[in-house]
Amino acid sequence: MPMTVQHSPSISLASLDQLWFQVAGTLCNLTCHHCFISCSPHNRSFGFLTLPAVKQRLEEARELGVKEYYFTGGEPFLNPQMTEILVATLRYGPATVLTNGTVWKDHWLEALHRAEQMSEYSLEFRVSIDGFSAQTNDPIRGEGTFDRILQGIQRLVEAGFIPIITATRTWPETSELEIVREFRKTLKKIGYTRPRLKILPALKIGAEAQRTRGYGPLDRVTTEMLDGYDLSQLVCHQSRIVTNRGVHVCPILIDAPDSLLGNSLQEAAVDFPLSHGACYTCFQYGSICTNPSSPSGSQKTPTPPPQSHA
Amino acid sequence: MPHRIACLGGIYSNHLALAQALRDITGRGVDQIVCLGDMGAFGPHPDQVFPLLAEYGVTCLQGNYDDSIGNALDDCQCGYTDERDNYFAQLSYDYTLDNTSDENRRFLRHLPPQLRTEIGPLRILFCHGSPRRVNEFLWQSTTSTAFLQRLAAEQKVDVIAATHTGIKWHRPLPEGRHFVNVGCLGRPENDGRKNVWYTMLEFRDGQLQVEFVPVEYDTHTLVQEMRHERLPDEFMETILSGWWTTCLEILPSKERQRGPH
Repeated sequence: MPMTVQHSPSISLASLDQLWFQVAGTLCNLTCHHCFISCSPHNRSFGFLTLPAVKQRLEEARELGVKEYYFTGGEPFLNPQMTEILVATLRYGPATVLTNGTVWKDHWLEALHRAEQMSEYSLEFRVSIDGFSAQTNDPIRGEGTFDRILQGIQRLVEAGFIPIITATRTWPETSELEIVREFRKTLKKIGYTRPRLKILPALKIGAEAQRTRGYGPLDRVTTEMLDGYDLSQLVCHQSRIVTNRGVHVCPILIDAPDSLLGNSLQEAAVDFPLSHGACYTCFQYGSICTNPSSPSGSQKTPTPPPQSHA
Repeated sequence: MPHRIACLGGIYSNHLALAQALRDITGRGVDQIVCLGDMGAFGPHPDQVFPLLAEYGVTCLQGNYDDSIGNALDDCQCGYTDERDNYFAQLSYDYTLDNTSDENRRFLRHLPPQLRTEIGPLRILFCHGSPRRVNEFLWQSTTSTAFLQRLAAEQKVDVIAATHTGIKWHRPLPEGRHFVNVGCLGRPENDGRKNVWYTMLEFRDGQLQVEFVPVEYDTHTLVQEMRHERLPDEFMETILSGWWTTCLEILPSKERQRGPH
């Protein structure tokens, strides 16, 4: 919940480099306990984006010089037009789709692989998993999902892709190196010989706020904290996201009423106050949403919290 | 007004490839030679590239590595998070910092980040990563044409030339503009070939001609020097195989799929 907007520093959109699409709304076949927008098979608060709606935004984005496109949900592949949407996007620029890896069909992957081969641009798959065993993953993502996700990764690799496997950090940072090594071993066992990994910080909103304590009142970004800070680490400095309601500030905050900034990309190019707890996580870790190959897409070591937050 | 400019990217201490490229360029004749930065890293004896750059009158720009070495920063500013990539990047960085003289570090510290000039009637901007950020990766497969067109328009230029990724590419843009990644001389470009590349830009027949020029050099001697300096086997493997073995995290899907690692 926003604290004191009037005391939060406002961030301008310096450059619209990444455009996101909430392509499957909030509909998902899984009900993960740490989902920051509480997606589930029953959550229809945001709807699907249609192919014509996406194409209209791609045209708008081309005029503004957008660099790359990201697709998220919910589970994007529940959208029946997802394959066509990605094929269409690859004519405009690079595309990345964030998926749980449990719902696609082989002929979709074949079509997408063909489309990537014909395009100058990369099609990146980011597959979410939690932990290196069913014991760590399934309590968060649901019974039996670990095996299903691994099968999904295997099918992607067999189809010729080298997916980025993303895991939300639900373990102490001190055990991270060991956890990552185990991840790699697990993925190599299923034939993914050069696994690419991206570890994400947990965002303590939505379902995750129920699971943990959520953000405290002091977990906010202040003007002083931005002194000398590289603003390009903040998603809202160079991204916007399209949902079926309009254009929002970032993929994390679509549930927040103040995140909806306008109907067009140009309307949404306005300053945004960093008044949410999730803004604090974004500030701490940096570039939590983009790929490692993007300009500031590599996550940095978490910024130590200032004294008042310690 | 220059009509023919040779562009060098990412030397990474490969003085043997640099010497070979400069001989080749001189033989062809050019109006100017521009190096887009990252003199050190990866290879042996970082101080050996500087006399060559001076001898041939190369106009040098500052890359992220040059900024780091010049100012003795903690790392190379490539932004790796992968444990293995970070290990090798740091090893290479520490070696380069320890073996770059104070005089050469002063030279690196004072290099300009960009150069604006003309090639024929075209306005050209040389930079290391991108016009807006020294360590921005502009990969062929993750950079839309619309974005490059925007950058060129914002900078009010017809041509942008950059390096930083270590892999060359060229894309003609609408309205007669161009983006060129000039590649690098320091290590092969993850294509299974041992040669490295420089780029020749020429304004001829009313338009910009972009030629990527392969450079064959004495890889055997380079590897001997690297071994003597106790640089990692993985780096030598790259020189001898043409495949990248480290710094893989930042490669996008298409560029990474070309190699075996």
